[in-house]
Amino acid sequence: MTDASEIAAAYRAQLARRRSYGALLWGIFALLMISGFRLANERNAGGFLDGLPHVLDYPQELVTEAIQKVANLPGLMWAAVPALVETLNIAAFSTILGAIGGGIVALLATRGLAPWPRLVPVFRRLLDISRAIPELVIALVLIFVLGGGPVPAALAIAFHTVGALGKLFSEVVENASLKPVEGLESVGANWVQRIWLGILPQVAPNWASYAMLRFEINIRASAILGFVGAGGIGYELRNAISWGQGRYDAAAAIFLLLFATIFLFDQLTSIARDRLTHGQPGSRAGGQI
Amino acid sequence: MSMPELAAAHGAMGRRRLISLAVPGLMLAYLLYVALAFDLAGLAGRARWDNGRLLLQDFWSYKIHVTRDNRAGGAISASVEGMRNATFTPEREPEWINPRADGGREIALPQDHAVTLAGEGAVTLTTPEGRYEIRPTATGIEVEIPDPPENFSISDKLFAADLPEGARLTVTRSRTEIFRRQTGWELFFFDLSSPFSAMSWSELARHALSADRIRPEQSNIAAMAQDFWANSVWHHGDVAWAMFETVLMAFLGTFGAGLISLPIAFMAAQNFAPSRGLRQVFRRFFDFLRGVDALIWTIVLSRAFGPGPMTGSLAILLTETGTFGKLFSEALENIDEKPVEGLRSTGAGSLSRARWAVIPQVAPVILSQLLYYLESNTRSATIIGAITGGGIGLMLVQAMQTQKDWEHVTYYIVLIVLTVIFMDWLSGRIRARLIKG
Repeated sequence: MTDASEIAAAYRAQLARRRSYGALLWGIFALLMISGFRLANERNAGGFLDGLPHVLDYPQELVTEAIQKVANLPGLMWAAVPALVETLNIAAFSTILGAIGGGIVALLATRGLAPWPRLVPVFRRLLDISRAIPELVIALVLIFVLGGGPVPAALAIAFHTVGALGKLFSEVVENASLKPVEGLESVGANWVQRIWLGILPQVAPNWASYAMLRFEINIRASAILGFVGAGGIGYELRNAISWGQGRYDAAAAIFLLLFATIFLFDQLTSIARDRLTHGQPGSRAGGQI
Repeated sequence: MSMPELAAAHGAMGRRRLISLAVPGLMLAYLLYVALAFDLAGLAGRARWDNGRLLLQDFWSYKIHVTRDNRAGGAISASVEGMRNATFTPEREPEWINPRADGGREIALPQDHAVTLAGEGAVTLTTPEGRYEIRPTATGIEVEIPDPPENFSISDKLFAADLPEGARLTVTRSRTEIFRRQTGWELFFFDLSSPFSAMSWSELARHALSADRIRPEQSNIAAMAQDFWANSVWHHGDVAWAMFETVLMAFLGTFGAGLISLPIAFMAAQNFAPSRGLRQVFRRFFDFLRGVDALIWTIVLSRAFGPGPMTGSLAILLTETGTFGKLFSEALENIDEKPVEGLRSTGAGSLSRARWAVIPQVAPVILSQLLYYLESNTRSATIIGAITGGGIGLMLVQAMQTQKDWEHVTYYIVLIVLTVIFMDWLSGRIRARLIKG
């Protein structure tokens, strides 16, 4: 046997082994998905196939009734605007609070910049933990102590945002150039001045971009927390739904308002982020086939 | 540098300085407005700090109630948190409760306090300052304390004393109750119906290793596992199922969405879409799925499928199909077209171009996003579970609404946080392995 044919045989064997690994992985994955769906289906109150024909029943009833009472919709939507403003305020407040907190912890948790290098692992774990605790948990505990309303939701989301943004922020800071910091250090700038003048101008666009993405996520989170009892549009939605048939126009109005808001901010933040990270709008380089 | 250039540079710097001052200023103004809108000043008045204290105490300790029924027969019982299924039999009462010859009890409390419950109902509270007699009667209570200490509250219907370390004595005509706090989570491993609940760690280890069976039909280790799993106070079995359901919802939702959105993402990517119009349709479709949001999907779907993990999975699946559709189509737009060109030059069709030139490029990005969202959806699944009625989220909300079992709430929180951290760690590990090696 020649060398070349040996190599070719070895290559084919390796390829076959890789393919069989790949097939095995896909097989396990397919098995997990199928058995998972079957299990979830069994433990659900209604089965998937029984429910499928009725998926559109509720939206249909809602839409038919909303069309019948279309004159009511603007008024109902207008009445829900204060609740919507509260939801947006919760999201914005917690995003700002979380971005400030996340920024500070991120700087404290970045090697090479941290004022106390020994505490870097501590701050990293702090970020991990605050990211891991779901908003729902903190919100429910705070509602019990502070009573209902926007503050528990805002604090809960802010706490989670510190962790989520802190991690992303510190990844940005790690990629920042340290030259301006060294320059500032050589002229005797203190830590705050070094960060403020040397690091923040570099990371500001990316930080702002991440904060905007988070703002959009936080609008969803604050709406969903409202549904569990923390005020805002989620709470109104829950009330409107519980009124049931005959008052579907109220539910439809809030659905519409919420959808429009999330859609709007989704688009706005997407455009703004594109500008912040790519300079000009729509200048993304893309391969053409 | 010439004068006009210098002036322009100064102008630009001035503008920058203005922005760098204006942004924090605007933020501060907004925060002030929100503080007013949220009525932060009134918050301190509305807050219930006693609730907070109770919660913190309950996180790491529990109460044992000693109760005398003053109406019918005067039976005395000791139980954990007053739970019927956690009542001690007389011979297994804690060692600080001592029976008296007349059927009553001597109860020792922290810091040299003690309560004597006489068999016929009279209560004697002994503190370092003195002895106080309280007697429940058919109509109320009789008590003669001329100058009561501050921690006593006395009326003709009720005597209550807050004692050190969370202990408490209340006497009414219907019942006498003594609370004493113990550190830890009560009966966490075995409930009182289990023969193992009274054993110490070393006794448990000895029984686990010995061949003498406590229950003849199964080995001791199996019996321990069964009693732990079926613990009637903590319901470990149900909790484990609920946690599993939550993770299942996240898994099915995330990967189901990945499978569905990948083929559609080609239609929404600039460089693959057959026509501009079709691309816009698919992009709007993804925006719609995302804009409706998991909350609305959950509500709509639970009408059709009823509460449970399937509903939660589908809600996550629909929302994330929108998210992934957008992310994946962006990844597809950013590929390097050279491998595609190469394959085309060999006459490969569009399907094999996609399989051999495109997928290998985007697979790491897609995989890493899927795994990242798996962890984040584990958190979403707790809250979706709370709404749709499945998984650990529901248990958490229910335990909080009863406002009594805060140690259970703590248990669920710890479990959720550990699970999320585990998922984070796991997805990080898989990501590192699959992408680098």
